Amino acid sequence: MSTAVAQHVDEVKTTPWSGGRSPFNVEYGKMMMWFFLLSDAFTFSTLLISYGALRFSAPTWPAASLVFQSVPFTSINHAPLVFVGMMTFILIMSSVTMVLAVEAGHRNSKKEVITWMLFTILGGLMFLGCQAGEWTHLHSEGFWWGHVPTTEKLKEFFASVNGHLPPGDQQVRTAHQFANLFFTITGFHGFHVFSGVIINIIITINVLIGTYAKRGSYLMVEKVGLYWHFVDLVWVFVFTFFYLV
Amino acid sequence: MSSEDTDIHAEHGEHEGMDKKRIWKIFWILAAITTVEFIIALGIAPHLNGTAHAFINPAYIVLTLCKAYFIVAFFMHLKFEKAGLIMAIIVPILFIIGLILVLTNESHYWIDLRL
Repeated sequence: MSTAVAQHVDEVKTTPWSGGRSPFNVEYGKMMMWFFLLSDAFTFSTLLISYGALRFSAPTWPAASLVFQSVPFTSINHAPLVFVGMMTFILIMSSVTMVLAVEAGHRNSKKEVITWMLFTILGGLMFLGCQAGEWTHLHSEGFWWGHVPTTEKLKEFFASVNGHLPPGDQQVRTAHQFANLFFTITGFHGFHVFSGVIINIIITINVLIGTYAKRGSYLMVEKVGLYWHFVDLVWVFVFTFFYLV
Repeated sequence: MSSEDTDIHAEHGEHEGMDKKRIWKIFWILAAITTVEFIIALGIAPHLNGTAHAFINPAYIVLTLCKAYFIVAFFMHLKFEKAGLIMAIIVPILFIIGLILVLTNESHYWIDLRL
């Protein structure tokens, strides 16, 4: 009896949560990337939720379909959602090429990883270009941090309720809130895209010089892939709450 | 499970299920959901009256959460990770709901202050 108990105690446990093995079964860096993204998700949530709170408490708000109806770089003027739809498509597409790069990495196909990474970088740059165009357009209309268009111009951006536009002072106040929130949140997201492009370029250079071929694993591609998909994920929410709602 | 098996898995991760065909399938799902959002925004929402209009924003939010699910589960591969990792990521996210409830409530109070 006593020997049986002693054997039981000495036995090396092999279940995941008993030590000696990784319970999550992922590499350290990948797990840390997940936890970083979790913290980043909180940051974006606080920004978007404070936007929601300010908008809920506002008596009126600039109508998205009136503010965002031009397509920068062209003369198209009354086409709501067309330009931002293109931006959304570009970012989803670059997420697809990223996951294709990860898939190629699992097959240790260096050539394919490079091709898909280059497409991903291109997508990121195109998105940044579009965002620069969007910002320039809004800035030319008179929106900026702490700046709104003239009272005359501002009227164009509000929908009338029962044939009446909201009072002028309400228009100015909520347009200020809209401008500050829009540039802060899309700016913070754009900065993430920018960082993502830089990181993707560094990883692509590493793939090119054969760092991961030597290591025998393209796990780094997977890790930056997580970050890149997260940037796409945030855009899905920014798109809904700024352009649709 | 020998320790060698564990090392192989830790190095390569489990990549079951995400072949090229599946990746493109997820892409088409995401594109389709976005198209539905556009149809609602451009084709349906402008023609609705007050009561029916109240369903538009919840519809957008549900569609957005669907897109978020497909990105996180398949593109970020979370669906195929260990249950422990899934819980470690998803459960803290649920705290955000608390912040939404608190600030929504607060914003109603702000309206009363302004009026």
